[in-house]
Amino acid sequence: MIADDDEKWLAAAIAAVKQNAFYMQRAIDSNNLKDALKFSAQMLSELRTSKLSPHKYYELYMRVFNELGTLEIFFKEETGRGCSIAELYELVQHAGNILPRLYLLCTIGSVYIKSKDVTTTDILKDLVEMCRAVQHPLRGLFLRSYLAQVTRDKLPCIGSELEGDGDAHMDALEFVLQNFTEMNKLWVRMQHQGPSREKEKREKERNELRDLVGKNLHVLSQLEGVDLGIYRDTVLPRILEQVVNCKDELAQCYLMDCIIQVFPDDFHLQTLDVLLGACPQLQPSVDIKTVLSGLMERLSNYAASSVEALPNFLQVEAFSKFNYAIGKVVEAQVDLPAAGSVTLYLFLLKFTLHVYSDRLDYVDQVLGSCVTQLSATGKLCDDKAAKQIVAFLSAPLEKYNNVVTILKLTNYPQVMEYLDHETNKAMAIIIVQSVLKNNTHITTADEVDALFELAKGLIKDFDGKIDNEIDEEDFQEEQNLVARLVHKLYNDDPEEMSKIIFTVRKHILTGGPKRLPLTIPPLVFSALKLIRRLRGGDENPFGDDASATPKKILQLLSETVEALSDVSAPDVALRLYLQCAQAANDCELETVTYEFFTKAYLLYEEEISDSKAQVTALHLIIGTLQRMRVFNVENRDTLTHKATGYSARLLRKPDQCRAIYECAHLFWADEGENLKDGERVVLCLKRAQRIADAVQKMANASRGTSSTGSVALYVELLNKYLYFLEKGNSEVTGDTIQSLAELVRSETKKVESGAESFINSTLRYIEFQRQQDGMSEKYEKIKMEWFE
Amino acid sequence: MNYLLGAFKPACNISITFTDGKNRKQVPIKKDNGQIVMNPLFQSQETIAGKINIEPYQGKKVEHNGVKVELLGQIEMYHDRGNFYDFTSLVREIDVPGEIYERKTYPFEFSSVEMPYETFNGVNVRLRYVLKVTVTRGYAGSIVEYQDFVVRNYVPPPPINNSIKMEVGIEDCLHIEFEYNKSKYHLKDVILGKIYFLLVRIKIKNMDLEIRRRESTGAGANTHVETETLAKFELMDGAPVRGESIPVRVFLTPYDLTPTHHNINNKFSVKYYLNLVLVDEEDRRYFKQQEITLYRLKEETLS
Repeated sequence: MIADDDEKWLAAAIAAVKQNAFYMQRAIDSNNLKDALKFSAQMLSELRTSKLSPHKYYELYMRVFNELGTLEIFFKEETGRGCSIAELYELVQHAGNILPRLYLLCTIGSVYIKSKDVTTTDILKDLVEMCRAVQHPLRGLFLRSYLAQVTRDKLPCIGSELEGDGDAHMDALEFVLQNFTEMNKLWVRMQHQGPSREKEKREKERNELRDLVGKNLHVLSQLEGVDLGIYRDTVLPRILEQVVNCKDELAQCYLMDCIIQVFPDDFHLQTLDVLLGACPQLQPSVDIKTVLSGLMERLSNYAASSVEALPNFLQVEAFSKFNYAIGKVVEAQVDLPAAGSVTLYLFLLKFTLHVYSDRLDYVDQVLGSCVTQLSATGKLCDDKAAKQIVAFLSAPLEKYNNVVTILKLTNYPQVMEYLDHETNKAMAIIIVQSVLKNNTHITTADEVDALFELAKGLIKDFDGKIDNEIDEEDFQEEQNLVARLVHKLYNDDPEEMSKIIFTVRKHILTGGPKRLPLTIPPLVFSALKLIRRLRGGDENPFGDDASATPKKILQLLSETVEALSDVSAPDVALRLYLQCAQAANDCELETVTYEFFTKAYLLYEEEISDSKAQVTALHLIIGTLQRMRVFNVENRDTLTHKATGYSARLLRKPDQCRAIYECAHLFWADEGENLKDGERVVLCLKRAQRIADAVQKMANASRGTSSTGSVALYVELLNKYLYFLEKGNSEVTGDTIQSLAELVRSETKKVESGAESFINSTLRYIEFQRQQDGMSEKYEKIKMEWFE
Repeated sequence: MNYLLGAFKPACNISITFTDGKNRKQVPIKKDNGQIVMNPLFQSQETIAGKINIEPYQGKKVEHNGVKVELLGQIEMYHDRGNFYDFTSLVREIDVPGEIYERKTYPFEFSSVEMPYETFNGVNVRLRYVLKVTVTRGYAGSIVEYQDFVVRNYVPPPPINNSIKMEVGIEDCLHIEFEYNKSKYHLKDVILGKIYFLLVRIKIKNMDLEIRRRESTGAGANTHVETETLAKFELMDGAPVRGESIPVRVFLTPYDLTPTHHNINNKFSVKYYLNLVLVDEEDRRYFKQQEITLYRLKEETLS
């Protein structure tokens, strides 16, 4: 409804403008000054309306503005025809209504200036003074905007043809400043016009008009003769005075931004303290962070674009000024939400990183300031603040791409203290990812310590609270990162590397039952890698008291892995023990190796109850044990015996069978002559065969269910025999193989075994080996007809 | 019919011309019927001289008991219609009784006539100067011809001309201070000034400056006062805030003003006032009226 009326009024006003403009044009064509003035005044009277919204008023204004162009030209011609411009200047002031009068005055004023009959300054002063008469915000704003528009290209400045005396440009400056001040006042006042319930709408409309005010600042920046001195001593203080005094959120926000955008970077840099000094004086609701961030961004770009500017930054101590100003702002604006203050620091940090990339102490200072601020607010809880702080903390990471640099920032971990768990974890992930992505070398234990301190969010639970809602996959992914991180830590110096391992261990052990199975393996392997390195370096340069002896590390690992068995991850622990045992074996530390085996056996006995797991574990034990070379006969016997015993006690017969024939390897090692006990090998195989027989019997008893098992077992056994035959075990006789061959034959005849291909390839192998040079004599024992 | 018409026609045509009539400045004067005619302009102490032509109509003769010319300064009160008060009356006999057969020209001269008052056309009163030529006849009735002329008197700028400065207001509502640069303005002057808002608690819509003329006629119980607003000049649009000062600049040229007249011949006075009017959004008017003196400045001293 209101909008409709708006349209209607606008249409009516435009029609009237058109009509009067037409008459005015006709009067101009016939050189009738009096009528031209009369109709132009009537046309301008349409601008006296109070009915239009700012938007529509602007439309109307533009129409009138175009018409006034013709009038200006007419005035110019009129003066050419001998009409005194001073008379014209008076004549237009006879108009009874103020608004048309002032529009006409501005129009003729601009002609007056051009004519150079009088000093420009006098006219400018007069115009800007007379315009005070329009106090209606909207109309005044447009009038002054018109004034600014028509005088814009006529302002005196150094070097311009209109230059009067030396002070002319100062007067021009004064003129623009005054017009700006008045316009801003009017603009600010707009919000109080009309009922308060429409305030929001009005503010929106008001915002649309802001460029009218801002244009003045633009004009100021374009004025020639405004050098740094003038800017610092006159322009800026005057603008800021107005900005601060108007006490209006919208205006302050917009104008601060305007100042930052229209004036040159160098000016800002040199007047930084003045500009920043104004910030704490702004209204609390002003979005200072946007303002300051705009400034800092601009200066950052400035610094980036010209190298010569950098010394200036140092000279004016831009950093400390910003830091101080932000502190002041935060102090002044008590209601500033944490997110706001963090954002401020974020921008300061970005600025610092841009401009003073080599000044870590500055970066640290920013962090310190932020800590101080946060200490007042406590832990951050809202999402927005968290997001900002993540950005805040990520900024240096992105800049330096090197976590080691970050670790030098003493305040960095302190900031992280204020994060909630979620955010802290997120941040930890970012840090770790940065390490991984940039392939950062972290080479000292101290750095590692600091890094893990930072990545705490990933390493351990907070306050013992375990969040059950965590997605398992995500969790694994996170821990995967930790694992990758552990592998990244490396130092050529074994001494330092061992320290690193000690440190990592310290942190990882705090991880709790969910993490340990995922994080200990990388640690163990990293340590084993070191041990291998130490062994490779023949002698230990540090002597026995150094921490980096394999023994000590193994000792540590033993303790570390034990932690795993406590958190019900026995299979992992078992594997790790075996790995350690292998390493110990390589270092020829018999007791240590034995110790590891003992632990592995204990785990097997006590913790591993699932039969499938048992089978796997047992195979691992056997495999590892087979390769052990350090043991004396006694120890070896004990362990071998145990392993064989376990094998016999497996639940399923086929498993027993397989485990036992694997055990046969324990008595036969290729390298050591003393470890070739052919007799016991065959004993094991025989025992396995007996079990296979039992399996077969059971199969026959319940035909149809697991018939194939025994055949496969026989073939496997056959293969084992062949293996040991090839290895030169004299106890493997033709008889044994023959009987086995018969068994296989009879079994395959009885039933479709499904093992044909296995048998066939075994046969092909035998055939092949018989023809080989080295093997043919060993294979003489075997007759191919046994298998047919 | 022609004959009859001819019978009622005046017997002769009288015309009055001034000596320097071609060069003398003419000013427009509104006559009773609203017509505007141009009349020659004189000032006090000038010699008013010229010629009077009397031209009988074709074939007629004018018999008379003498011809005279009078210079009259008259004040006419409209509510007292028909009554003229002559404050100046000078007579010149220009012919002795006789007969006029053909066109006859008489020169006349009133030297250095004292004309203290200016020609004035008001609402209720008129002050005029007129030359009256009378051809006196016996029974046929005298033939009379009038010629108006205008008198304007110029004065030098007043030695003392203080500004008008005043603080006015309504308690807790509106306080303003206004200043007009002079208290005496000549007719082509400019009023300069400032309105300073000390306190504004009402929503002002606009502010005007009115120029008002107050014409009072008669004396005592018969005094008639008529006030006219001659100019309404908008000074301000919209509501000012505290501390705002609004410039005043009013050119008097476009308005039809006269000098201030004080008690002219005990018959009338004309006074001028500046009336500052503030109108609020509910169209209530707040005003303050200040008398100013208007005077006619000698042309050559106008810069």
